[in-house]
Amino acid sequence: MTYFAKPKLLRPDTPKNALGYTRRDYEGAISSLCAGCGHDSISAAVVQACFDLDIQPHRVAKLSGIGCSSKTPDYFLGNSHGFNTTHGRMPSVLTGAALANRDLIYLGVSGDGDSASIGIGQFAHAMRRGVNMTYIVENNGVYGLTKGQFSATADRGSKNKRGVVNSDSPIDLVALALQLGATYVARGFSGDKAQLIPLIKGALRHRGPAFIDVISPSVNFNNHAVSTKSYDYVREHNDAVNRLDFILPRDPVEAAYAPGELRRVVQHDGSVLLLRKLKTDYDPSDRVGAMNHLQERHALGEIVTGLLFVDSTAESMHAHLNTVEKPLNQLGDAYLCPGNAALDALNASLR
Amino acid sequence: MTAQSLHSCNDFVIKFANVNGSGSASANELFARAVMRMGVPIAPRNIFPSNIQGMPTWYEMRVSGAGWLGRRGGCDLMVAMNPQTWDRDIAEIAPGGYLLYDSTKTLPRSRFRGDVVVLGLPLTELCNRAYTDPRQRQLFKNIMYVGALTALLDMEFAVVETLLAEQYRGKDKLLDANVNALKIGYDAARDDLPCPLGLRVERANGVGDKIFINGNNACGLGAVYGGATVAAWYPITPSTPVVEAFTGYCRKYRTDPDNGKARYAIVQAEDELASIGMVIGAAWNGARAFTATSGPGISLMQEFFGLAYFAEVPVVVFDVQRGGPSTGMPTRTQQSDLLSCAYASHGDTKHVMLFPEDPHECFTLGAQAFDLAERLQTPVFVLLDLDIGMNDSLCQPFAWDDQRRYDRGKVMSAADLAAGKNFGRYLDVDGDGIPWRTIPGTHPTKGAFFSRGTTRNAYAKYSEAGTDYVYNMERLRRKFETAKKLLPAPVIKRAAQPTRHGAIYYGSTSPAMAEACAQLAAQGIHVDLLRVRAFPFADAVSDFIADHDVVFVVEQNESGQLRMLLLTEAEADPKKLLRVLHYDGTPITARFIAGRITAALEARQAPPLPKVAP
Ligand SMILES: Cc1ncc(C[n+]2csc(CCOP(=O)(O)OP(=O)(O)O)c2C)c(N)n1
Ligand code: SF4
Ligand SMILES: [Mg+2]
Repeated sequence: MTYFAKPKLLRPDTPKNALGYTRRDYEGAISSLCAGCGHDSISAAVVQACFDLDIQPHRVAKLSGIGCSSKTPDYFLGNSHGFNTTHGRMPSVLTGAALANRDLIYLGVSGDGDSASIGIGQFAHAMRRGVNMTYIVENNGVYGLTKGQFSATADRGSKNKRGVVNSDSPIDLVALALQLGATYVARGFSGDKAQLIPLIKGALRHRGPAFIDVISPSVNFNNHAVSTKSYDYVREHNDAVNRLDFILPRDPVEAAYAPGELRRVVQHDGSVLLLRKLKTDYDPSDRVGAMNHLQERHALGEIVTGLLFVDSTAESMHAHLNTVEKPLNQLGDAYLCPGNAALDALNASLR
Repeated sequence: MTAQSLHSCNDFVIKFANVNGSGSASANELFARAVMRMGVPIAPRNIFPSNIQGMPTWYEMRVSGAGWLGRRGGCDLMVAMNPQTWDRDIAEIAPGGYLLYDSTKTLPRSRFRGDVVVLGLPLTELCNRAYTDPRQRQLFKNIMYVGALTALLDMEFAVVETLLAEQYRGKDKLLDANVNALKIGYDAARDDLPCPLGLRVERANGVGDKIFINGNNACGLGAVYGGATVAAWYPITPSTPVVEAFTGYCRKYRTDPDNGKARYAIVQAEDELASIGMVIGAAWNGARAFTATSGPGISLMQEFFGLAYFAEVPVVVFDVQRGGPSTGMPTRTQQSDLLSCAYASHGDTKHVMLFPEDPHECFTLGAQAFDLAERLQTPVFVLLDLDIGMNDSLCQPFAWDDQRRYDRGKVMSAADLAAGKNFGRYLDVDGDGIPWRTIPGTHPTKGAFFSRGTTRNAYAKYSEAGTDYVYNMERLRRKFETAKKLLPAPVIKRAAQPTRHGAIYYGSTSPAMAEACAQLAAQGIHVDLLRVRAFPFADAVSDFIADHDVVFVVEQNESGQLRMLLLTEAEADPKKLLRVLHYDGTPITARFIAGRITAALEARQAPPLPKVAP
C-alpha cells in the first residue's frame, strides 16, 4: 500500500472550532480498510469528538496494537504523534508514555483480538493502574487482519462465515473493565455515531482510565446473517441504558428534559456529563449495579450500551506515584543529576 | 599448633557457612569491613540458594594484601555455623587450614579432620548465658564469632568497635549490646584458643580511597546520574536490587524539596513484556527510561526489542546475567546472555551492549548508556552478572563532572520545526545513519509522525516498497558503524615482554584474568590482554586478534558466546581463538584461567603423535 495525502481543498464556509481548526485538521491518512468497515466510523467519531472539544491535535498521543483496528490511528489526527506498537501490548507502551508526560491526552486504540486475546493481561493491568487515558476497543468478534478467525469476544454458539460454531465462552471487556477499576466505562456501536461521539468526548475529558467497547462490525468477516456482531444483530439487540450529552464547562446547559429523567455528572475539569435515562432504575455511579445489569441483559441476548459507569472523583496513576507536576520528560539536567558533591558524600559512606 | 598449619599474613580465604535468614549476613559484612578498614583489600562473595529462609548460604571472603579481587577458590579458614552442611564444609578446608565452630554440643572425633586446626568455642552456650531473648541469642552468636575472629586473626578490636558505633549511631542500647557480644567472643577466643593463628591480618595501605559497593547498587545510582526518570520492572534475581537501589537513590536525590513530590516514576509491571513496553513508551515520549532484568526477562522481551530497534526508540536495559538456560541457576553467575542480547528479536537486528567490569563501571557505563541510547536512538544493553551485581566489591570511588550535560541526541525542537527544518523521521541527513526525531507534543502543525514496527519510508509513512526497506536497513547498518566510534574503547594491557599470545575477556572475568596474567608471567608465559567494553566491537579488537598467533577468549558460559560474536562480527580466524570457558555457576578464578592457558600452550608445543599405519 502507498500513502495518499489528502487534497487540501477547503470551502470558505467550512465550520471551524474555537481554535480555528476545521474538521480536516483532525483527519489523518486515507483509510486502507474495507469499505463499510465499522472501524472507519469510529475514526470519524474520534475526529468529530476532538474537533468539538477544541483539542490541539498535537497534544494527543495515539497508540495502538496490531490489527485492522490498530491501523486506524493513522487515519485520524494526522498532527498527533502516533505509535503502532506490537500485538496486544499497546497498554504498556501507552502507560510508559503517560509516565513520561502527564500533560498529553492519551488515546489507545485496540481490537478485540488485540485486547481480549493476546493482550488481555496488559489490558487488565492498565485498567487497574489508573492510567489516565481513553481506551477504545473496536470490537468485531474476529481477527480481521488475519482473515476472520474467532476472537475471544465472539459469543458462544455464534457461527462464522463458513458455519463453524464458536464453542468458547466470550470475554466481555466492559465487565472486566468494571471489575478491574476503570473509572469511566461505556459501550457504543460504530453504527450509532450520535451515541458514540459524546461517549468519546466524555472519555477524553475524564481523569483516569476510560474504557469504551465499541461494537464495530467487520463487513468482510463478521457481518453475515447469523453473526452476533453484525450491523443488523447489534441494531436489533442494542439495549441502551442512557443517552449521553457531553457539555463543556463554557457551554450553557439546555435542559430540555423532564426532571427525574436527567442525571448530571460533573467531571474533575468542570465538564458535564448529562445523562438521559432510558432505563429508570439504572444508576451509572453504581459499579456493582452496572455489573449485575450487564450480566442480566447478557443472559437475555441483549447488548448493553451507553455510559455504564463513571466515577468523576477518581485519581489517576500520577497521583498514586506522587510525581511532580512538570512532565518528567521536561525536567532538565539540574533537576535530575545530583552532581559530584553528592557523590563525595556517598563515597565516604562506602569506605 | 601443628607444624604444617597454614601461615600467611593478609593473604587467605575465609568462608562462613551459615543458615539463610539467621542474621549472619550483617555480621559477615561487619567482619569484611573491619579487614578493609585495616587497609587490607578484600573480595567477598555470597553463595546463596534460591530460597528465603532455612537453606544453607556461604560468604566466601578473600583477603588479599596484593589486591587480587577475583575469586581464589579453596578455603583456609572455615567458620562452620551450619550443621546441615558440616561434612562438605569440613572437607573443603585446605590441609593445614583452620576450622572455627560452635562447640556447645560435643561432636564425635570422626566428624573432624586430623589435618586441620580445630578451634571450638561454645558460642550457643555463651549466648544463652548472656541473653534471654531467642532472637538476640541467634543474632549475637554471629557478632560473637566476629569477636572471636578479631582475636584469632590478630585484628584491631577498636576498628570493629568503631564500625559498630557508626552502624548504631544514636541507638546506644543496641550499640552496647553489640559491643558486648563482640567482646564476649573476643575474650573467649583470646582466653581459650591459640591466638593469633598462623593466618593474620596486619594493618596495610592497600585500600586507599576505594569504595565498597555492589554492582546492582552502582547501576541504580548510574541510572539516577544518567537522568533516568522512568523505570519499569518485574522482580527477578539477581536484578531486582538495581531497581530497589534506583528507588532508594531517587528518594534521596530526586524528591522535590519544596513539595516532596517525585521527579521520577517507578512502576512494578505485571511482567517483563509490560516492563519493556512501558520503557519504550516513556522513551518514545522523551523521558530517559530503563528496565532491569535477567535471562528469563530478556527472553520475554524479545519482540519489543525488535520494535525499539526498528522504530528507533532509545531504551536502556540492565541485564544482570545468571545461569541459564530456562530458570537455570537463578542464584549463580554466568555470562550467557551475550548472544540473546546482541541479536535480540526476529529479523536482522543488532544491539549495542556495554560490559562493566566492576561497580565503578556499572556506575559510569550505566549513566553513559542513557546518552548513548539517545544519541543512537536504539536500545542499549548493560550486561553485568550476578558476581558483579550481588557482591560488594572494592572499586574506584564515584566521580561526576559537573560540567557534563546530557546528550539528548538529534531531537528537533519546536523552534527548529517553526524555522522550516526538513523533518524526515527516518531520513539520514548527514551520513551517520542517525535520523532526527521529535518528541510528541512539540509543535501544533509540524513534526508529528507515526511510529511503527512495519516498514516505512524516510518520512515515516507506511510503505511496502523494497527500496524503502533497503534504504532503511542500510541506514541502520550505518548507524551501527557510527556506534563503534561512540562506545567505550577496549582496554589493552601489554605483557612485560613482546608476545604472540593474547587473551580477550569482559565483565566479571576481569580481576581473575589480571591475576592469571601475573601468575602466567611468573612462569615465563606472557599474554597481552584486551578487555572488551562494548559491542559493536571497535576496530582495535580485530587488530589485536590479527597481532597475535593465539588469542584465548576467556568467558563464563558453555558455548563460548563472546568467541562466536568475535568470529561473526570481527571476522576472526576460528583457529586462532581458543576457548577458556568456565560455567559451573561459581565466579571464574585465576587458577582456572592460568591452568587452562598453560595446558593449551603445552598441548600446542607437544610434538604431534606419530602416525600409525593402518
Ligand atoms: C505476536 C503476533 N502474533 C500474531 C500476529 C498476527 N495478527 C495480526 S493482527 C491479529 C489479530 C487482530 O485482531 P483484532 O485485534 O481483533 O483486530 P481486527 O483486525 O479485528 O480489527 C493477529 C493475530 C501478530 N501481528 N503478532
Ligand atoms: S477485514 Fe474486517 S475489520 Fe478488517 S478492514 Fe475489512 S471489514 Fe474491517
Ligand atoms: Mg477484531
